Amino acid sequence: MKISRRDFIKIGAKGLLAGVAFSSVPFLLQGLVKNSSRAIAADGGGLERHNWGFICDNEKCIGCGRCVVACKKENKVPWEPEFNRTWVERYIITEDEKIYVDSPNAGRDGFQDFPPKLDVPESEVWKSFFVPKLCNQCHRPPCVTVCPVGATYQTHDGVVLIDQDHCIGCRYCIQACPYGARFFLPELGVVDKCTWCYHRINRGLIPACVEVCPVGARIFGDLNDPAGTLKTTLAQKRFYVLKPELGTEPKVSYIGFEKGVY
Amino acid sequence: MTGFIFPNEGVIEWDLLIVIYPYITGLVAGAFVVSSLYHVFGLTRLKPVARFSLITALAFLLVTPLPLVVHLGRPERALEMFLTPNLTSAMSAFGYIWFFYLIILVAEVWLVFRPDIVRYASSSEGTRKTVYTALALGMNTLTEESLTVDRRLIKVLSFIGIPVAFLLHGYVGFIFGAVKANPWWSTPLMPIIFLLSAIVSGIALLIVVYLIVTRLRRAEVEHRCFHFMALWLGGFLTVGVVLEGLEVFSMLYEQEESWQIISQLLTQRIAFTYFGIQFVLGSLLPLLLLAATALFKMEERFKTGLAFLSSVLVLIGVFAMRWNVVIGGQLISKSLRGFTSYAPPLWGLNGIVVASIILLLPFIVLAVLIYFIPPWQEEIKPPERRGLGYRASGLR
Ligand code: SF4
Ligand code: SF4
Repeated sequence: MKISRRDFIKIGAKGLLAGVAFSSVPFLLQGLVKNSSRAIAADGGGLERHNWGFICDNEKCIGCGRCVVACKKENKVPWEPEFNRTWVERYIITEDEKIYVDSPNAGRDGFQDFPPKLDVPESEVWKSFFVPKLCNQCHRPPCVTVCPVGATYQTHDGVVLIDQDHCIGCRYCIQACPYGARFFLPELGVVDKCTWCYHRINRGLIPACVEVCPVGARIFGDLNDPAGTLKTTLAQKRFYVLKPELGTEPKVSYIGFEKGVY
Repeated sequence: MTGFIFPNEGVIEWDLLIVIYPYITGLVAGAFVVSSLYHVFGLTRLKPVARFSLITALAFLLVTPLPLVVHLGRPERALEMFLTPNLTSAMSAFGYIWFFYLIILVAEVWLVFRPDIVRYASSSEGTRKTVYTALALGMNTLTEESLTVDRRLIKVLSFIGIPVAFLLHGYVGFIFGAVKANPWWSTPLMPIIFLLSAIVSGIALLIVVYLIVTRLRRAEVEHRCFHFMALWLGGFLTVGVVLEGLEVFSMLYEQEESWQIISQLLTQRIAFTYFGIQFVLGSLLPLLLLAATALFKMEERFKTGLAFLSSVLVLIGVFAMRWNVVIGGQLISKSLRGFTSYAPPLWGLNGIVVASIILLLPFIVLAVLIYFIPPWQEEIKPPERRGLGYRASGLR
């Protein structure tokens, strides 16, 4: 059979189209199945019943670092200070309103053995406070937007999770998170971050860091529950979120916020 | 590390490999633009390099995914980009755009070189004959009519190719420009700046490689074509420099919260690679040299030498630009209070050695392509079977 070039190109193009269409069938089916089965929370009912929220109270935090340790143990986060799902920062503001920040070992070992190596004479310190940090579970998470394979996703109860069996380790999400909440696990070749202990909250428990905080500086709860501690605390206090100008709509609210805290 | 950085920020995640990735795609886009200037816009002065620029683009395009895949934490899952793309991610488009562009480029190369391939197929023997016959895909007619169809298709393909080449590279700029978390990256100018530097680097590359290969072949340099390329280089370079300057100037002028840390980045952290290499050595100096070649009367050899030198400088400058964007942006802590530091390791997957090998690969691919389908048009003979060396170019 003799085919002209024109025919050849035509046949080729058709073949290509058919191939693409055919090979996408399994994914379409998969997608249908996935979308049709509703995720069920452990306490019964759909996930969307809850809308989890978090409060960090800078006025209460004493910088003991127990939350950092508890998180590392609970979530098998590497012990080294470069890997953190949560950490604590210390802010020192001097009389002349200069701001110094540090977080020795991410606050894991507390701060008492760490006089600030910041060249600030004690007499000049005007005020000082601690700020606990963790993933904000942004309502509009940029990390989810940029993940090329959808390994980072948002659950119906408003938590951002990573499917580590799917993550390809491109680390775009680390660049996109404005809060430094994400880190790369070199051993696994994938990214990790705080999940608000999703495995616990799904079973009616509270996150490990909230559980161990001796002064109640961390409050976890359901934004849909008007009588819950979270909502009532938010009703009584002035609060603020980190970098609101970026439009990420963080769900960690800070009480005792101060200018210069990012 | 200086000042305060978030505890998780101690490591630079997008390292040397991600610096060379936009460098390579830029060269692809630039080389393709040169071939399109001839094929679409009919700038006949570029004819001597039109075919050459096309296979140069192909050689570099083939290597483009390599640094990305090597950089992945889970390279074995790379294909997930095709299978489960998250369409809101700029990065997920890479695979598709790359693939689409590859098809266009391969088709165009094939059409452009088909007459040669058919001729080789009929005049060579043994395995070579088999190779060329296979490459001809059974389209052996070389009538005037069929060649006209070819030419029309080539024109269409280069026409589609331009936006796709721009997409391939402009989108790389978008990957950075769309990261609102990073004040040094986040600007809508980024894709355009990347595009212009891409075109600039592509033309510079062609000038450099063209001159070297021509010398190796002991052929005559086509001066008209050569200086025409240099002229275009100067033009695009000027626009590029102005845009890059504008970007920083508007940051300075607006004095947003982040300016303080950015000015520290520029004056302390990357001062040498930014002002020293990217601006003075890689932009201003070549601009002056190119202007000199255009304005003053000088010996042809000298003129060629200066244009060559400018192109080498431009290539270095554009590399520095990629470095300053990719690494510079990550040096800034998102706490806006301090800097990480980075020096690429020599060994290891993300070290200097591997990166250099990846950067060298396209040249090897190019040599192979030149060997099988010599792009020079002075004479079209089947390449003789000789050892490597300059004769491998298949001529003389
Ligand atoms: S804080 Fe960072 S990691 Fe967490 S949801 Fe927001 S962008 Fe994503
Ligand atoms: S590193 Fe993993 S989770 Fe993050 S963007 Fe890449 S694939 Fe998604």
